[in-house]
Amino acid sequence: MGKIANDILLQKLTDKFAGQVVETGADFGLLTVETNKEVITDVLTFLKTDAALQFIFLTDLTAVHYPDQEKQIGVVYHLHSLTTNTRIRIKVFLTLEDCHIPTASTIWDGANWMERETYDFFGVIFDGHPDLRRILNVDDMTVFPMRKEFPLEDPNRIDKKDYFFGR
Amino acid sequence: MQNHPVYTDNDPQTEYSTLNLGPTHPATHGVFQNVLQMDGERIVSGVSTIGYIHRAFEKIAEHRPFYQITPLTDRLNYCSSPINNMGWHMTVEKMLNIQMPKRVDYMRVIIMELARIADHIICNGVLGVDTGAFTGFLYMMEYREEIYEIYEEICGSRLTTNIGRIGGFERNFNKIAFDKIRKFLVKFPPVLREFEALFNRNRIFVDRTKGVAAVTQADALSYSWSGPILRATGVDYDVRAMEPYSSYEDFDFEVPVGENGDVYNRFLVRNEEMWQSMRIIEQALNKIEKEPSDIFHADVPAFYLPPKEEVYNNMEALIYHFKIVMGEVDTPNAEVYHAVEGANGELGFYLINDGGRSPYRLHFRRPSFINYQMYAPMSRGMLLSDAIINMSSLNVIAGELDA
Repeated sequence: MGKIANDILLQKLTDKFAGQVVETGADFGLLTVETNKEVITDVLTFLKTDAALQFIFLTDLTAVHYPDQEKQIGVVYHLHSLTTNTRIRIKVFLTLEDCHIPTASTIWDGANWMERETYDFFGVIFDGHPDLRRILNVDDMTVFPMRKEFPLEDPNRIDKKDYFFGR
Repeated sequence: MQNHPVYTDNDPQTEYSTLNLGPTHPATHGVFQNVLQMDGERIVSGVSTIGYIHRAFEKIAEHRPFYQITPLTDRLNYCSSPINNMGWHMTVEKMLNIQMPKRVDYMRVIIMELARIADHIICNGVLGVDTGAFTGFLYMMEYREEIYEIYEEICGSRLTTNIGRIGGFERNFNKIAFDKIRKFLVKFPPVLREFEALFNRNRIFVDRTKGVAAVTQADALSYSWSGPILRATGVDYDVRAMEPYSSYEDFDFEVPVGENGDVYNRFLVRNEEMWQSMRIIEQALNKIEKEPSDIFHADVPAFYLPPKEEVYNNMEALIYHFKIVMGEVDTPNAEVYHAVEGANGELGFYLINDGGRSPYRLHFRRPSFINYQMYAPMSRGMLLSDAIINMSSLNVIAGELDA
């Protein structure tokens, strides 16, 4: 089977989840859709089990922090359909106050550590996750270091400030 | 998942001993800790603790210009740094829509395949050590050294290579480098053949590895395995073949697969991949001869650092040098996912750029991290000694595990 065209893929998704799945772009041919946390489990399950799609491979699961948006945390899934060699990217945006999303580890075993990593760095809480602990950072850490407000270096240091470089 | 019996809480024996395997046990080849519940020699359950060498690369990358991120990628899988370097360059080039000249693609293919061989030499050599055969490891190690000498000729360093630049290579391969590559292609096959003769039908080795830690295709896919260990289960997923990058579509090679995903199959798949890599390198050398010999980078002055002589003597070069180093070059707003076939599996770079001098967000899809997560569950019911060789055959590299 050849690659599934993006418009066909999007059509299938919008037929099934009318209004809940919105295309947000296709940079470099990789279809990106946005959905919400109410239907994310259904979307992932549909993509995995549909006979024509078969996105059986969870390539990657991570998050992004956009402090200027109302919904600051974006959880990003990359799926791969090995039989058709098609990839898709799915995003769900969450607010900091309600940073909960259903776990994908019930669909893929491999999501377990990826979700722990995402929790560790962004504080996204995956509801239903069997063992949601920090994974790379120390257990008693109190912050979520990949969030944008977390400084990389000593904030009092001024020799690297952008205004010295005309930026 | 296992052929071995799995012990449950209903077992008559209720007391188990706890064994801390790692973080620095010599048998684990890296900083991995597994707290195991043991029933004699059998593992009842295990918990993996990782993160001992976490260096926050993703955070650091958000504060560095693109070309300064290459040295960070070196330190992911440090057994095959060039693949990581090339993967990163290609990600940025994809974002910037830079087309590489064919010759650069072929040069990259050569260096990536050499890195793959170097990585597989270590993995299969160490697997031999763990089953009690030191000879193969020492014998093969010499040829990893030869590969490192090739790196040294090309970029000056050996382990963490920082090889190539965004837009090509920092300098052309010299004649010595080509000679060394050709010499390697002549010297290594007999050695690999002998290595295979030593192991493939060796009764002790086969008894120790066959049927050990066998993984079904369904489990491997569910755990998002990729690379040689996924192919050992019979799934022919190889990024080089499925989504060719760096002109891999021009090459004629096979994707070796195994049958039942046990340690023995993984060993065979890696050995066969070394043969295929040599085939690819040989084809690449022949193809390079047909390309103009002075091209080693694309014509993208806004992103490719000019040579120092030009910076000192030429106005444009000086301007570009300044702009690149200070991060003054505009980059597009883009979201890129680019994957390369690393020695351990699909090494992905998920890059979100907001037009600034450094990525807005960079995530590494690290195969070792994802492959390793099945280790504790699959060790249940396994003998401790089998769990050790299972770890060797997964080829988990601590740098890539923890990023």
